[in-house]
Formats: sequence, C-alpha cells, structure tokens
Amino acid sequence: MSAADSTSVPTGPGDYSPDTSIVVENVTKTFSLRYHRTFKQVTVAKFRGQKTKDEFNAVDDVSFTVKQGESIGLMGLNGSGKSTLLTLINGTMKPDTGQVLTRGRIAGLIATGAGFHPQLSGRDNIYLNAAVFGLTEQETKDRFDDIAAFADIGRHLDSPVGNYSSGMSSRLGFAIAINVDCDIFLADELLAVGDKPFKRKCMAKMEEVRDSGRTLFYVSHAAGSVRRMCDRVLVLENGRLAFDGDVDEGIKFLHYDSDDENNDDEELGADV
Amino acid sequence: MTERPEPAGGTTYVVDAPLAPPAATQGLLEVFRRRYLLKLLVRREINARYSGSFLGLIWSYINPLTQLFIYIVVFGMLLDRGRTEQFAIHIFCGLIVVHFFTETFNAGTRSIVRNKALIRKMALPKEMFPVASMMVSLFHVAPQLVILTVTVLVVGWSPSAVGMAAFVLALGIVMILGTALALVFSVANVYFRDFASVVSIMTNFVRFGVPMIYPYSLVSDRFGAAAEYYLWNPLSNAVLLVQRAFWVGTTEDPAATAATELPDNLIGRGLLMLAISVVLLVIAQLVFRRFENKIPERLT
Repeated sequence: MSAADSTSVPTGPGDYSPDTSIVVENVTKTFSLRYHRTFKQVTVAKFRGQKTKDEFNAVDDVSFTVKQGESIGLMGLNGSGKSTLLTLINGTMKPDTGQVLTRGRIAGLIATGAGFHPQLSGRDNIYLNAAVFGLTEQETKDRFDDIAAFADIGRHLDSPVGNYSSGMSSRLGFAIAINVDCDIFLADELLAVGDKPFKRKCMAKMEEVRDSGRTLFYVSHAAGSVRRMCDRVLVLENGRLAFDGDVDEGIKFLHYDSDDENNDDEELGADV
Repeated sequence: MTERPEPAGGTTYVVDAPLAPPAATQGLLEVFRRRYLLKLLVRREINARYSGSFLGLIWSYINPLTQLFIYIVVFGMLLDRGRTEQFAIHIFCGLIVVHFFTETFNAGTRSIVRNKALIRKMALPKEMFPVASMMVSLFHVAPQLVILTVTVLVVGWSPSAVGMAAFVLALGIVMILGTALALVFSVANVYFRDFASVVSIMTNFVRFGVPMIYPYSLVSDRFGAAAEYYLWNPLSNAVLLVQRAFWVGTTEDPAATAATELPDNLIGRGLLMLAISVVLLVIAQLVFRRFENKIPERLT
C-alpha cells in the first residue's frame, strides 16, 4: 500500500498482546515551515542561493504503546507536537516514517472544534459529524437526545453553526464526540473555551468514559486535571518524547507542579 | 491523587477489533462502503448551495434553460440557420454532457480545499469529496433531463431500449471520467491552488471540443479519416450517445440521421470509452493515494 509497508517494519499488528490499544512506533512527522510560495519567491530564492525548503520534525521518532483502558495525559509546551501526535493517532494525518496502530473506534476532538459546516444547522452537523465518526443513521437517532441534552444549547440547535459562539460550537463538538461509542477517546485542549459548569460536566463525563475501560488520551496544560484524569503522563519536547511514566513525576518534569498546590478549584479553569 | 474505582464487576474492557492503522482506507471502495456519510455530504452540498436562496432548486432549471436559449438564438438562428434538424435538441443533448462534466471537474477540483475544516480535524477517506462533487453534479442532471424529455416527447419521440442504453452508457462515461479527473486535480489543487484556474480554462475547451454546437457530420466531412482522432475524446462519444438516445428519434427519418450524423458502431465505441475511463480512474486512485498523505498539513 504505502511506503510504510515496504521499508521493513520489524513488527506487525500480530506481535502485540490483545489488550494493546495504541501502538506508536518510531513515528516521525515532518512539516515545512512554508508551503505555498509564488513562482517569483522561488525564483528569487534560487537565484540568491537561499534554500527554498525549510523543514522541521513536529513529531520526532516517538515510540510508545498504550494498553486498553489506560488514561494518558499528553503534556508539553506550546508547539511541542501534542496536537500533531494526536492527529496521527486519530488518523487525520499519516506518519512520514514509522507506524501508528490503533484498535477499535476512535472519537474525540482535535484542538477545540470539530469540522462543522457553518451553513448547516447544529442538528444537521450532529448527523454529519456522527457519520464521520462512523455512526449509522439509526445509531445517531438513538443518541441524538443525549447529544442535544449534553450540548444544552437550546433553540440554537436549529440555527446555522456559523452563528454559534466558540463556546457553543465546542460544546456541541464535545457532546457529539463523547456520545459516540468509541474505544479510544482523544481530547485535545477541549476545555479551553467552555464555561465553568460545562468544564465540570465534561470532566465528570470523561471520568465516566475512563472508568468504563476505554482508552483516554487527554491533552492539557492543567496539572490538576491531568492528575485527576490520568494514570500515565507523556511529555513532548520539541517533538521528541521526553518523559513517559508516572503522573506526578511527569508534572514535576515539566515544572508544572509548583504553581497549583493551593488553588485546587482554579485548576480546571487553568486549562487554557 | 484520587483513588480510582475498578471497572464495574471486575471485568476488563475488551475491544473486538484488530490492531490496524487508524487511517487505513481502501480508497474509493471505502467511499462506497460508507455510503451513508457520502449521502450526507451530498445532501449538505446541495443544501448549502441553495441556502439563503428564495427560488432554491428552481435555479437548477433556470440556468440550463437560459443557456439553451442563448445557443438556439446564436447558433441555431444566426450561424447554423436550420442546416441541422431539431438543432435545439441537438444542442441540449450536448449541453447535458458538457454541464455534467465541467461541473464535476470544476467543483471536484475545489472540493478538498473547500472542505478543509473537516479534513484537518477528522479522519475520513478524502476520496469522499471529489466523489460527492460528482454526485451533486449528477443530481443537477435530473432537471435538465426533465426539460429534455418533455421537449422530445412534445416533438414526437418515443423511447427505445438501445437509446436508453446509450444514455446510461454516456452517463457512466462522464461519471467515471469526471471522478478520475476530479481526484487527480483535487489533490493537485491542494499543492498549488493554480490548478483550479487551469481546470476552468480546460473546461472552456470542452464546450467546443464536442459535437454540440456543430453536428458530427461536419467533423467527418472536414477531417475525413482524421475524424477518428476526434472520436478519441470520450466526451464526444458521450455527447453522440446522448444524441443517439434523444435527438435521432426526433428527426424526420431517424435511420437516415443515425447513418449520416453518427459514427458507426457507436455503442461499441462507448463501451471502449467506458473501459478507458475505468482504467483512468484506477490510475487516478493510485496518484491520489500517492499524494493524499500530505493533504492535511498543506491545507492552511
């Protein structure tokens, strides 16, 4: 199929135990700093002997495996490759080298908001989005009330999503993603724009998801919520996996531990 | 750190699915497998196009009707002056094919860039979007077909099995060829947005490269044996097939018209073109797969 098969990958899906949920194996994803250049820019750069390509590894040789039911907190500074890693696991992007393997249905949100069509109503977007996650029409109908109740945006459900506030569309996005019966749930900074009651509701729902035995991947900068949600922490540093292990040690590794001891209630709100 | 309760009943959660790449798709087969999603995307496209419009779907009748009117006046009354029998129907047969193809090609080319919000966030077979564009264009064939059928019935045409087979064959050629080109150019358009402009220039040629505003007999008269090369264009064949289906039956002597105005062995040629289109579609799928990995990061 692709280049990944031909370049002698030593392990295949069969080499992992049946409770393996996610395998990330020597995964590298390279981006160019600038893609679209005009004919003039390219010619001038060539003429001056400057390089016309400038690349960096957003995710650099990252390997780990996740067992079914683990809840992973993915941490790191801005631009360390968290969202890119998540899009690789989610299947939106494919790795340049290495391989990603997952078991079961994946749902979740990548960086707040979930590919809504602005001209369609919230209702139509629920059906469309659920279909993208792989639900059938009947499955969506069965879950529709739960989704609408969780999003709790009232009459706005029938107006175009383009008119929604950022909070409203992320509520709807989360409501859809969380109500898909998935085996792996990815949550990327999804609490960044919600109000406080909604954040509480989301955390409670995610704990429910975690306790039901699904694999959870949670990206956050809030040490408190990671401590509450996760039993393992991965820290990315410039695209490389810098830490993989215990939650408290991971938070300490990032030096996120000093500032959140005395404001327990503020922690959820710090998820920005 | 809070203590976590064990999963209810002490049972472990077992996923009954193989460990596989999350984006494993079989390309167009995957699109076919996820027909429900395709249906929603097509419906979304049609709704979005007419949203905020008062006349809505009526526009899809008005547009072809006005075009037909222009061609009848300019080419039928001013240029051709009645040399071709039932010239309006002759043109309209071509117009259906040309519209269907250019719409598929143009909208399909833009489809991936236009849906970047979805493609950047969610994993779904990207072939979905060019195919959906083709389906939307196919949907727009319906009103034109209604106009055409009513017109030819008024003139006194009766359907024939061969004619209908010819029409279906023509639709098949345009569907498959249009999808093939839309696939390749949609991904090319992600890399360089210039391709959308290239495509709209290319579609300008289509109108005049098919026997629509001139009869095929003119081509065979002028070019003689070289007319064979003219027929290498799958779209010319598609137009001739639609003319076989609707126009020939409206002329004074259909048998004579078919003999003089159409190339021989039209259905056979059509089947060959269909086969060629299928081969092109397979090639297009391979090209698409080669380049699709880089699509999300290039959609900024």
